[in-house]
Amino acid sequence: MPAMSEDTAEINLIVNGEPVTKTVPVRRHLVDFLRLDLELTGSHLACEHGVCGACTVRVDGVAVRGCLMLAVQADGAEVVTIEGLSDSGEVADLQAEFEARNAAQCGYCTPGMVITSAELVAAGGVPDRDAIRDHLSGNLCRCTGYQAIVDAVEETMKKRAGA
Amino acid sequence: MTPPDGNGAGGLVGKGVARPNVKRLIHGRGRYTDDISVPHMLHIAFVRSPYGHARINGIDTSMAAEAPGVVRIVTAAEVAEICEPMVAIAAHRPGHKSAPQHAMAVDHACYQGEPVAAVVAASRAEAEDAADLVIVEYEELPAVMDILEALDPASPPIHPDLGDNRCFEHTTVTGDAPVALSNAAFTVEQDFEFGRHTAVTLEGRAILAHWDTVEERLTVHHSHQSPYQMQDVFSRHLGIPEHRVRVITPDIGGGFGLKINVHGEELAVAAIAKMLGKPVKFTADRLESFAADCQTRDHIATAKMGVDGDGRITSMDFENALSVGAYTAYIRFGLAEGMMAITCAAAPYALTDYHARTRVAYVNKGIVGMFRGVGVPVGCAVTEVLVDQAAAKAEIDPVEFRRKNYHRDEDYPLTSVGGYAAKYMSLHRCLDACVDIMDYDGLRAEQAAQRENNVWRGVGVATFVEAAAFGPVYYGPSGARVSTQDGCTVKLEPSGVVRVMTSVTDQGQGTLTGIAQIVGDQLGIGMDDIDVIAGDSATTPYGGGAWASRGMAMGGEAALQAGKALKGNILDLAASVLQTTADALTLEEGEIRDAATGEARMDLAELAKVGYFRQDTLPGGTQPELMVTRHHVPDTPYYVANGVQGAHVEVDIETGFIKLLGWWVADDCGRVVNPLMVDEQIRGGVIQGIGNTLYEHSQYDETGQLLNATLADYLLPMAGEMPDIKIAHVETPLTNTELGANGIGESGTIGAIAALWCAVNDALRPLGAQVTKQPFTPEHVLEVIAAGK
Repeated sequence: MPAMSEDTAEINLIVNGEPVTKTVPVRRHLVDFLRLDLELTGSHLACEHGVCGACTVRVDGVAVRGCLMLAVQADGAEVVTIEGLSDSGEVADLQAEFEARNAAQCGYCTPGMVITSAELVAAGGVPDRDAIRDHLSGNLCRCTGYQAIVDAVEETMKKRAGA
Repeated sequence: MTPPDGNGAGGLVGKGVARPNVKRLIHGRGRYTDDISVPHMLHIAFVRSPYGHARINGIDTSMAAEAPGVVRIVTAAEVAEICEPMVAIAAHRPGHKSAPQHAMAVDHACYQGEPVAAVVAASRAEAEDAADLVIVEYEELPAVMDILEALDPASPPIHPDLGDNRCFEHTTVTGDAPVALSNAAFTVEQDFEFGRHTAVTLEGRAILAHWDTVEERLTVHHSHQSPYQMQDVFSRHLGIPEHRVRVITPDIGGGFGLKINVHGEELAVAAIAKMLGKPVKFTADRLESFAADCQTRDHIATAKMGVDGDGRITSMDFENALSVGAYTAYIRFGLAEGMMAITCAAAPYALTDYHARTRVAYVNKGIVGMFRGVGVPVGCAVTEVLVDQAAAKAEIDPVEFRRKNYHRDEDYPLTSVGGYAAKYMSLHRCLDACVDIMDYDGLRAEQAAQRENNVWRGVGVATFVEAAAFGPVYYGPSGARVSTQDGCTVKLEPSGVVRVMTSVTDQGQGTLTGIAQIVGDQLGIGMDDIDVIAGDSATTPYGGGAWASRGMAMGGEAALQAGKALKGNILDLAASVLQTTADALTLEEGEIRDAATGEARMDLAELAKVGYFRQDTLPGGTQPELMVTRHHVPDTPYYVANGVQGAHVEVDIETGFIKLLGWWVADDCGRVVNPLMVDEQIRGGVIQGIGNTLYEHSQYDETGQLLNATLADYLLPMAGEMPDIKIAHVETPLTNTELGANGIGESGTIGAIAALWCAVNDALRPLGAQVTKQPFTPEHVLEVIAAGK
């Protein structure tokens, strides 16, 4: 049986606002690409199965599971990782609420939580706690028990809505 | 939530100060082991046994060696030549048996997923490709999977040199339980199963090891709770002088006890680094984590409680058995799950007669190691379930029944029937606090009303104890090289800020924040003027790291004493400079002040400048000592924390689904250094306990095949199903230390499991049904309801 070859392809995409051109193994998924090729290690891997959400990144404006998308599928796309989102200041208020409440313990799920929460925060309004919990229920956190994260999202949305 | 109370100087202890080291994690700038890459680094993938039990008759690596990117295939036998096997013997427990465990299985694989060979390649992907090409000739052996079957001396021994599969047995006898039980007005009895599960740290175990061939030094970045323990292990097992081994624990994506164990792969990675003279990295993926991470629980039990005519518990019998998997988890020894269960059982109650036995078996499953709670959840749940049954039979409300049966406040210090030595437990105050915040009477009224509508709600109120900060009395005689002390160094920097180096490590608990608060209060400075360094065996004081909820209880006390000693040195030096005496000065808000008038005489930066750069201005012979180290050794076997949890559930008797309606915790962890961190430890612990009780189960078939090894079929608590948790603090400062802080890390998990058992059984009691198996799957709930009818 021959070993799997490392077939490669060139991809062009925008990552955190910067154009990137790289030749990548075609089997490499998006988060491995971000971590190994671009050294953007804020996106994490915990199941590589699409269940836990630790790998969540933004692709063309939508929060996606970076482990379920191949790097070559991101050719031509605009990708934002936690590093880019954080530096943009778009969710500085949400991140400050996370910090104030200790809504992150080990922090491994947190980049995915922030990106997933950012989507709800951007939608506006003040959803009830059950709706916030539903929105976050594809992101596994093993440390906090979720309540502080729900609090952080709720408080950010209340403040943004002026409520 | 507890709002943050500012970072100003003075009175930091007791405030919900935010963690200075959490911001980087929220901004995606954490640095976990797998994030670290070094030049010429290679990657390892392990070839693992696909069988639960097999003899290894040969390995053919020729095809794999030719695969793209492969640098070397390393077999278990090659590693065994330079790496001593792990043998976890408890010297203080005669009769305990432990088989040598090699870093990888040399000729005999005893659980599915046990590493057999390692492929070293330029990338992890290429290493995995080649691992598939390693041909191992296995001869499958009969697997021993059932606990009771394994305890039968006639079962085929997994480790023939041990003679049978019995690892350990211990009996505790206090009073005369058989007689007391036979004299009881009534007894209650139940069988229990606590299913095997695993830690599921979100970050898999990870290690990057580098052998410097010139200086012959091993440097390891390791996702581990104790860099000191691993320095010791790598040094002894690989024969490297200890001062040439440095273990650094960077950010860690969850520990929960899993990462205090020593796993074979970790030794193998360090050995391979030494063999190759190159940096090698291994990160466990999710499948490997399920199969080869240490697992936990896997108990069965039968317990019986006797009650007299006045509704007082007199006696208990607790027959416990569990499996430790294929080996005893190094460097501890596979005893704690059972011993903790039978020791903590009945601890809150004033019964007099107790008989308990734990028996520990080897089976062909993953190794049972340390995990949050270690056996205590089992002892607490068994006790609390029987207490509820006894209350029901006595027709006394379960809260009132507990009040009646707890130790009285005037009876401390005492030793419980299981052997728990407690200076004090605030049981009555915690019960009152929990009943108050949960509106117990209101829940009972609602429960009764809802039953009219065929809605089956349950209220569980469970008492828990936690033995924290295990000390030398416990581990010393075992012979295990477990450090039961912790240390702290406090250093005044020239600019007047302070660096703190501690031996306790922080996987997100907030321990390092608490350490800074404690030191800040001693020196009269704010959080912004303190930086805490931890997790480096070469530079920080020697200690235990993170285990047994010791961070604040022990590391905090060491920090307090170090801060206090540095303050003394600072005032001595200031007295020299100011030509006065130290007792005429105070240290407040970063200033050295006149004690009588409060007048500022000099600030810390000025003092540090003299101490480090202008000693010429000091009287001859003055030796400024602006760095101080102190250690703390507990004076009792452990510190006992306690509390009460309340759970409110609804059981759908048609589907067997359990819905969580509300959760309450009244906890006493002594002095609360940081209420925000304490609350979040409790909440996170409770949710893990709920997961253990409702969802989590590592299931094996009869041949040793692990049936659920992905996050799609091993269920975990997610945000949608979990309740908000309301917390009350009962604060009884520990009298063993000046700080008075006790442990909090495991309380949430321990109490939640018992509370959920009680709540679900409370819902089912009118149906004549009781759950007996954890996790409470819908199938099990429906089974017991059907049997009850």
